[in-house]
Amino acid sequence: MKRARIVVDGAIHEAVEYGEQLQLLNGRLVAKSDVQWLPPVVPGTVFALGLNYADHAKELSFQAPEEPLVFLKGPNTFVGHHGKTVRPDEAKHMHYECELAVIIGKQGKNIPRSEAFDYVAGYTIANDYAIRDYLENYYRPNLRVKSRDTCTPIGPYLVDASDIPDPMNLTLKTTVNGTVTQTGTTEDMVFSVPVLIEYLSSFMTLNKNDIILTGTPEGLAKVYEGDQVITEIEGLGQLHNTIISDRLER
Amino acid sequence: MAKAYGRIQGNAQVQNLWLQSSSYTGIFATTTAPLDCPVEGCVYGTALNYQGELAKLGPKLHEKPYLAPPKAPILYIKPKNTLIAHETPIPFPEDSNYLEVGAALGIVFKEQVTNVSPSEAWEKILGFTIVNDLCVPHDNIHRPAVKYNARDGYCPIGPWIVDRDDAPNPDSVAIRVYVNDELQQTSNTKQLVRNVRQLISDVSTFLSFNPGDVLLVGTPENRPLIQHGDTVSIEIEGIGMLTNTTAVSKEGVQ
Repeated sequence: MKRARIVVDGAIHEAVEYGEQLQLLNGRLVAKSDVQWLPPVVPGTVFALGLNYADHAKELSFQAPEEPLVFLKGPNTFVGHHGKTVRPDEAKHMHYECELAVIIGKQGKNIPRSEAFDYVAGYTIANDYAIRDYLENYYRPNLRVKSRDTCTPIGPYLVDASDIPDPMNLTLKTTVNGTVTQTGTTEDMVFSVPVLIEYLSSFMTLNKNDIILTGTPEGLAKVYEGDQVITEIEGLGQLHNTIISDRLER
Repeated sequence: MAKAYGRIQGNAQVQNLWLQSSSYTGIFATTTAPLDCPVEGCVYGTALNYQGELAKLGPKLHEKPYLAPPKAPILYIKPKNTLIAHETPIPFPEDSNYLEVGAALGIVFKEQVTNVSPSEAWEKILGFTIVNDLCVPHDNIHRPAVKYNARDGYCPIGPWIVDRDDAPNPDSVAIRVYVNDELQQTSNTKQLVRNVRQLISDVSTFLSFNPGDVLLVGTPENRPLIQHGDTVSIEIEGIGMLTNTTAVSKEGVQ
């Protein structure tokens, strides 16, 4: 099942994909083009991984870390499918990052990797934009780079875990204005989904709707005002996003 | 009497409280009901916002891994699993003999805050609270410290939020940390690098706060250490006192 949170006629609804349409809980069918998309769950604690693909770490001239490089994101940063992400005009180094996002389904602590998938509700796509102009070497990557307003599109759906038999073997792809710029596979993660769940839950309690963004493979490219960026993961669909200028925000 | 906001245990709603003070007991609420954590929003910490912290790093600010002093506010998140109430036990780690106490004034917002000037920032504040920003001691702040500062129960907050208009000037309040009733640290928000209004303004250029979110103004240098079984109290002038005792982690909170 593919589950979405959408706005229809001014109200928030939960819905499931029904062919080319979406079905609300009351049975009503609506066209996908007639809705606004919210993040598929209200995000709880959101973890993100740096340098979790060996090829991407190399691309940034880093060695892959020995322990997961984890940072957190605030609730301000998320936008849904077909959302708009604000790019400061002054920025020179803004790039997308296509990532498999794991949505936790129930509370757990000290979860062994062998049981980790029991705690996963499902998966979605995140685009973990970074504006590297603002990198500083304190708690790097710092929140000014990684938790900016609108800079983490997520969605379109929560796809049930039962529909994704092997999350560690999914292809990822990013296109900018129709040109493929990034491809990879979740096989290449340094720390796999079960290892990350075991690691995080070894020192803190995970809760329903917590989300783990599992890092991005090689293939960075800069994005500019007006760009149409599509991040795509096998079985999870496509997450569309448009880059806008911060001139409109002033 | 000062106006404040708090949550009585078993009641999800934040409600108005009234505070009184006496020279014997300090500030106390006129209700005797046990209070829950008064905060439900996202809690953001600020690193290196005390002049003494920067001074302590000194030349290291220019060396590896930092290479340059910080330019913008350096933030981190204390996630929901870390939040506990006044007088709730702090789970003590099994992999360290000490915890570090970060005594912080917390700014609680009442409205969405986006790209505000320092003078506009003031109007967005609901009030101020006391936060014990705990962490397992670690060497440096080059990489995010989630494993050290985001464990369950590592962010006691409370007992209440004092209304902005009844609170003292937040840029000039004394903060005292007591461990087992002995004074271990004194500091004052006069020593902040960015004062309250400036900090809110600078952060709000890239990150919006929602109603109920909390921004910690920073923690002073030379953080007191606590051991298993210690009781730690943070007193902020005109706000109150936040007290918690460390417990073994197995008895900790959810």
